[in-house]
Amino acid sequence: MKGALGRLLPEAWLGLLGLYFIVPLLATGAFSLWEGGSRYGFAAYVALFHQPKLWQSLFLSVRLAVETILLGLVVLVPAVFWLNLRVPRLRPVFDFISVLPFVVPPIALVAGMTALYTGPDWLVGTPNYLVIPYVILALPYTYRALDLGMRVLDLRTMTEASQSLGAGWGTLIFRVVVPNLTTALVGAALLTIAIVMGEFTFANILLFNTFAVYINYIGQTSATQASALTLLSFLITWLAMLGVLVSGRGGRSVQIGGAR
Amino acid sequence: MRFRFKTGEGGGLTLAFVGPLVVYVIAFLVLPTLMLLAEAFSGKRGLTLKYVAALGQGQTVVAFRNSIVLSALAALVGVIAGGIAAYLVLRPGMKRGVRSLVTSFSAVAANFAGVPLAFAFIATLGSLGIITVWLKSAGVDLYGMGFSLYSLPGLVLVYAYFQIPLMIIVFTPALEALRREWREAAENLGASAFDYWRHVGLPILLPSLLSAFILLFGNAFSAYATPYALTSGIVALVPVEISNVLSGNVMISQQTGAALALGMIVVMVAVMGLYALAARRIGRWGRR
Repeated sequence: MKGALGRLLPEAWLGLLGLYFIVPLLATGAFSLWEGGSRYGFAAYVALFHQPKLWQSLFLSVRLAVETILLGLVVLVPAVFWLNLRVPRLRPVFDFISVLPFVVPPIALVAGMTALYTGPDWLVGTPNYLVIPYVILALPYTYRALDLGMRVLDLRTMTEASQSLGAGWGTLIFRVVVPNLTTALVGAALLTIAIVMGEFTFANILLFNTFAVYINYIGQTSATQASALTLLSFLITWLAMLGVLVSGRGGRSVQIGGAR
Repeated sequence: MRFRFKTGEGGGLTLAFVGPLVVYVIAFLVLPTLMLLAEAFSGKRGLTLKYVAALGQGQTVVAFRNSIVLSALAALVGVIAGGIAAYLVLRPGMKRGVRSLVTSFSAVAANFAGVPLAFAFIATLGSLGIITVWLKSAGVDLYGMGFSLYSLPGLVLVYAYFQIPLMIIVFTPALEALRREWREAAENLGASAFDYWRHVGLPILLPSLLSAFILLFGNAFSAYATPYALTSGIVALVPVEISNVLSGNVMISQQTGAALALGMIVVMVAVMGLYALAARRIGRWGRR
């Protein structure tokens, strides 16, 4: 009796959890194909395909993701490089700084930023403004990925070798160190993409039409189209995380707070 | 290039390399936070405790209580369901395929949240969701029985979708560190499975469980997009209240919004402080 129960309970538990995770996806898929009554088809997808606003919001989010990755690297690569090469004693300080974004929830940060920065208009008035807080959101992950990546490099030898060949700091960092960090960078970049593509808080409050904001907008008018976009969003997350897993950063990359 | 000639003095170079990051974090994280602090305490004539004191009244108390209860429940569900799942998946008999499937699906699901997650659940268990309608045709009226997706229990159900995978991800290393020898030693001394868990397994895992709970709590506490898209304000939660203030939807002063945001940060500081404390205790039983 105990043996049978011991064998069945674990499987029942995992099966139940599996159902909990699969059913919403299947239901969303079925819902996105619903055309009213008992008719099913791809009407929602066709309608979405012809929505220029969808493509605009999607491209905007992709562009913001790329800009966030680039700005994040420009700010972080030199700092993490220097921490590993010259001032490892400062590491605890920067480990602490890197987790600060967890302490300030996005909704609180956006409240502080709108109170503090009201101009200039060329910055605050364009969607590019979002890149600034997005770098903060991605900071913990980018920092950790870069730090782990650089820890295993022999930075001292690289520095001495390239400097004795006449390279400046810029050449050293961007032509010697960064090319050796591909794995770490890919992991950080993909996680940043997952964060930015799903980010809703800042974009919604600051009134910019990003992908997540567009999904929410569509949700007010067409539930079937919103379901189709939900699947697309899941697919993007899935691809990004698959990339993270394949690129070898393991299953431990996970955002906390982020786009929720 | 300018800095090359200064290689001798480390200070200037350190500033040039590390400075931008520090300036960035100060400008776009620390200063906005301090701004909230200043706003929350400043009235028309100098300093005031009015807005912070208002946190203890009516709607805000309800919002904070809801947020904390919701986060605690969502963390508890995540810790229990995810913890058991992680344990079962790691058991020796489990197929490798299942293990890697669970690991990779957890990475995806833990990152799948916000508006799309809310819509997925609306399509499933919303008042016109597929499962709701299907159950109704089978004679089970979920909403008639008092269930609602747009309520606190409903939110817990939705939050579990990212809490359980997060638990699996953060708890797996702790389980992997449990050594088989400890169990064998206990069994040789005549301990039953229950005795082992009661006196060895759980006490060792307790700090990890605690830190996971705290992490999951913080994760749920700062969630905004999911409850916003799901409940549109039916359930008063702190993040949604702040967003109402920021969007000018309600007649609440900006200072009250700042005080609310500050209250959230205070809770998160406490959460991360406890997390750091718990994390320090985990090291003791680590591999040597």
